[in-house]
Amino acid sequence: MARTPAKSLFTADLIVPAIGDAFRKLNPKELIRNPVMFTTAIVATLLTLLLVVGHDGLGIGFKLQLVIWLWLTVLFGTFAEAIAEGRGKAQAASLRATKAELTAKRVKGAGVEDVAASALRIGDVVVVETGELIPSDGEVVEGVASVNEAAITGESAPVIREAGGDRSAVTAGTRVLSDRIKVRVTVNPGQGFLDRMIALVEGAERQKTPNEIALTILLVGLTIIFLIAVATIPGFASYAGGSIPVAMLAALLITLIPTTIAALLSAIGIAGMDRLVRFNVLAKSGRAVEAAGDIDVLLLDKTGTITVGDRQASEFRAVGGASQTDLAEAALLASLADETPEGRSIVVLAREQFAVTTTALPAGAEVIPFTAQTRISGVQIAGSLIQKGAVDSILRANPGAGETAAATELRRITDEIARAGGTPLAVAQDGRLLGAIFLKDVVKAGIRERFGELRQMGIRTVMITGDNPLTAAAIAAEAGVDDFLAQATPEDKLALIRKEQEGGRLVAMCGDGTNDAPALAQADVGVAMNTGTQAAREAGNMVDLDSDPTKLIEVVGLGKQLLMTRGALTTFSVANDVAKYFAIIPAMFVVLYPGLAVLNVMGLATPQSAILSAIIFNALIIPLLVPLALKGVAYKPMGAGPLLARNLAVYGLGGLVAPFIGIKIIDLAVTGLGLA
Amino acid sequence: MTIQGWILIAAFVGILLALTKPMGLWLHALYEGRRTPLHTVFGPVERGFYRLAGIDPTQEQGWRRYAVHMLLFNAVLMFFTYAILRLQGVLPGNPLGFAGTSEHLAANTAISFTTNTNWQSYSGESTMSNLSQMLGLTIHNFMSAATGIALAFALFRGFARREAKTVGNFWADCTRVTLYLLLPLSIVYALFLIASGVPQTLAGSVDVATLEGVKQTLAIGPVASQEAIKMLGTNGGGFFNANSAHPFENPTALTNLVQMLSIFVIGFGLTWTFGKAVGNTKQGWAILSAMVILFLAGTTVAYWQEAAGNPILHHLGVAGGNMEGKEVRFGIVASSLFAVVTTAASCGAVNAMHDSFTALGGMIPLFNIQLGEVVVGGVGAGIYGFLLFAILAVFVAGLMVGRTPEYVGKKIEAREVKLAVLAIAILPLVILGMTAISSVVADGLAGPLNKGPHGFGEILYAFTSAVGNNGSAFAGITANTPYYNGMLGVAMWLGRFFVIVPMLAIAGSLAAKKYTPASAGSFPTTGALWVGLLVGIIMILGGLTFLPSLALGPIADHLAMIAGKTF
Repeated sequence: MARTPAKSLFTADLIVPAIGDAFRKLNPKELIRNPVMFTTAIVATLLTLLLVVGHDGLGIGFKLQLVIWLWLTVLFGTFAEAIAEGRGKAQAASLRATKAELTAKRVKGAGVEDVAASALRIGDVVVVETGELIPSDGEVVEGVASVNEAAITGESAPVIREAGGDRSAVTAGTRVLSDRIKVRVTVNPGQGFLDRMIALVEGAERQKTPNEIALTILLVGLTIIFLIAVATIPGFASYAGGSIPVAMLAALLITLIPTTIAALLSAIGIAGMDRLVRFNVLAKSGRAVEAAGDIDVLLLDKTGTITVGDRQASEFRAVGGASQTDLAEAALLASLADETPEGRSIVVLAREQFAVTTTALPAGAEVIPFTAQTRISGVQIAGSLIQKGAVDSILRANPGAGETAAATELRRITDEIARAGGTPLAVAQDGRLLGAIFLKDVVKAGIRERFGELRQMGIRTVMITGDNPLTAAAIAAEAGVDDFLAQATPEDKLALIRKEQEGGRLVAMCGDGTNDAPALAQADVGVAMNTGTQAAREAGNMVDLDSDPTKLIEVVGLGKQLLMTRGALTTFSVANDVAKYFAIIPAMFVVLYPGLAVLNVMGLATPQSAILSAIIFNALIIPLLVPLALKGVAYKPMGAGPLLARNLAVYGLGGLVAPFIGIKIIDLAVTGLGLA
Repeated sequence: MTIQGWILIAAFVGILLALTKPMGLWLHALYEGRRTPLHTVFGPVERGFYRLAGIDPTQEQGWRRYAVHMLLFNAVLMFFTYAILRLQGVLPGNPLGFAGTSEHLAANTAISFTTNTNWQSYSGESTMSNLSQMLGLTIHNFMSAATGIALAFALFRGFARREAKTVGNFWADCTRVTLYLLLPLSIVYALFLIASGVPQTLAGSVDVATLEGVKQTLAIGPVASQEAIKMLGTNGGGFFNANSAHPFENPTALTNLVQMLSIFVIGFGLTWTFGKAVGNTKQGWAILSAMVILFLAGTTVAYWQEAAGNPILHHLGVAGGNMEGKEVRFGIVASSLFAVVTTAASCGAVNAMHDSFTALGGMIPLFNIQLGEVVVGGVGAGIYGFLLFAILAVFVAGLMVGRTPEYVGKKIEAREVKLAVLAIAILPLVILGMTAISSVVADGLAGPLNKGPHGFGEILYAFTSAVGNNGSAFAGITANTPYYNGMLGVAMWLGRFFVIVPMLAIAGSLAAKKYTPASAGSFPTTGALWVGLLVGIIMILGGLTFLPSLALGPIADHLAMIAGKTF
């Protein structure tokens, strides 16, 4: 699996442009998307104006420092967003380089014409030959080619793309290594996969996710409440026979409103997407990433996810007086033309165990290919028909054999194999049952533990398999999944998803075939394999560039981490307010009632140093937390109870205590340096 | 502080905890519209009402319809009371011949009783005729309480129902709560009070000869009947100005205990009903635990401060706790406890003068109301207010388990957060805004009796009490002026209905949602962690919002007292 190594957070080539962007983002039009920071900027502007005209008894030096720190608070916020975007931009730049100069050979009448890739429209057909880059996303309509998709997947091994079937989708910017294909264009310029990917990693197309919107509303609500709390103070002070300088009120307001989380909110979102991209999974929207955190049920295909891709033939079980060697020989003949790993494993087993030496089909042999309708493959050699396939299908295809003792025996063996977690494959020759091949599924190492973790997180895993219920149950038990869907058709899958969703659960699945598309679209998180069809890639809301279905589990973890990071920093931000109150309230009111000095529990030197320290802490905490916002809070799979306890202790309690210490230290520094 | 004092407090909480489930069960029957044993008696009455009013109790209403009917009902009743108060001079049932009240007092009082506040800018015995008391005011004691409980039912349904469009029928909820809960309980309760010596008569006054041989006119009237519902419905509007400090309202230690219990009993029960409604009574107990913790914390501070007394007086040689403004019959603990109960529960009945409490002792009642009347709270209003905080708590902390926040199976999303913030923000906006205005304008400054931070505390308390629909007063303030009657009237209206409408909108929005079954990954809303979180969120939100005002009021007052400074 190719992963882009995580870039170090603070390298010069990231920081320098981010600083420039931080200033550019001060543009009110952009700033207003973040109401809390917008409020901060307004207050900073007001205080800047007051520097010139205000007469409130406060020293100009003190007020100047306040103004500087207020602007820094805003800038730290825009910087956090800029640096998160900067990391995406670096990736986008390399993608864009691929895209730059694509040209196409568009089919026109009998010949072709050279046009720029940007001139292609949906429905155009282009020809791509060896060594050329595919100019647009599309579907192979003719031919077969090996294609290097490293530009988007980072995987250098070529993949096969061919007309029809599940491997027909091609992506712009990938290179044809051999042969010649005709591709029908499926997207208009600017809407292709590469374009979307660039837009996503750049954060240009970023829309707030539902959860982010809700959180923003809460932050705005808190801002309004604190605005009320601060705006009414002058009235109260007037009753007490005094007045409070505007600069102090401004400082109190800015420290109380949740600037910390507001400054980091979009950086957290961008970084969450970014982590997914680094993981070679492309989410089409932030909403999908959030939904991943909410997943209750994971539908996992057995093959390739729970078991190592291919079943291996492990035993021949003859019936009805046929010898094992007869069976092995027939099985081998039926499998010689079968290029699937299963077919090859049958050949290998027959050779190793029974010394069958036939290496090629005799001349004149006619291969009967596997079809989804018959579910039988085989070979016709000199008037003799050998069939291999699912037990039911073989029995159905040979009605004469159905009543024999061999059939009864075959059914018994079938059950045995199934119960042992294997898949039986029946073999018949000219209507006579020879026996069954035991195809064994190998459960992936460590997968059981993964499912255990998921269970702790409250996520149910359902194994989807085409196997019969007995086999499925055996493998399900071995792998430790919670449930299974046997003999699953795409319709069954869709029905299962609907049923779970009606029960209020969110479902994730992955798939690659065109017939997976409806289920992918129905699922709350549908991860399409990049090797899959265009239809599947369109239907899913994520695309896994590595085409590794196991990653679905990690995707859920990333979604959770994103939400947790938001929650943790919100809690931290709100908890911080307590200490800030204890710094500012006594400083502000001590002139009115000297007794209130007892509230100065931190023992801050002077009212001015207290206010300055609180505002400095409030500003500095933003860049200090940027690494956490970008990396995400540490995440280990565990139940919600212990997770909450841990996060509450770290970010809730920590958020209460940290500013008391921080503000005190800053106060010592401020006083020591003679700043206030 | 004494052992007996703590035993009283422990016994008080113990009795309530024992009553929680039975009361909750009874309320749950009404919530579901199930038949109760009382249906044999009141069933025909209920059906008669429906027929008379042309209401089909089985017809469900969406939240908007529910809200509109509730508002219309309350508005009509409010104008009815306004008319009675203005016209009482010409109406019957006026043995002492009181004239109609002023426009501003009538308006203030009508709003006050409609909103379950029962703020009284007047002295009952020297202002209100028996007809006004019984018809104009007591009707609200029933109806505002029934409205509160009905609204809580609507919100419960929002949480409990799945993909539903409706939240119940307002008329059915209101009628059932009145007929099968408030009315029968009040009858029994009133009889108990009469047996304990509370007057219940249509006469206006009685002349007695005092020990000194002087003739004294004592006001009496239909006290017991009003007293019962005043407590049960967390109304708090007394028949007499002295409220439950008056021996005719609250004659014995036993009536005092029963009065305190009756303030809380429905509120405690509703937490259980909520748990039952959402299918897990632990959910209810968790909420109740958070409420009880906040309540006990307040009680401890208030009791400790009152028992400690005033050091300034100690220096003058007056030993002991603070007895100023307290009934000797009740003493420090029963007065402190009553003060905390009545303010925690949005009742507002008093058996002592909160204004005379020590600074911090008096801050507790104030802070209780500022927390949003969610520490048990008014009947119905307490639990729906609390659930708004629960929604915010779930939202802030729920993200920390890595899922979209859920509460009792319902996802909390942008719409709910917006509405909850809207409902919660109205409290600081009106309390602090109006206090600030009144601290500056001349009409406002004319109100408070005391100077210095205590005077400020009196203004703050008045608006806090009005917005929180509590109705208790820091006495010291002169509120029967056009300015205060007007401002407080608006404050009460905003504090009640500007919370209710967004709350009902949440109910509607939740009802329409799917149910998300809990799993090991769901945010736990039953254990100790959740209870602690609720307490923390309520304290931090309430504390942070009101700390500046408290610092300039009771806290400054307290520090001045310690320093021996008077104003």
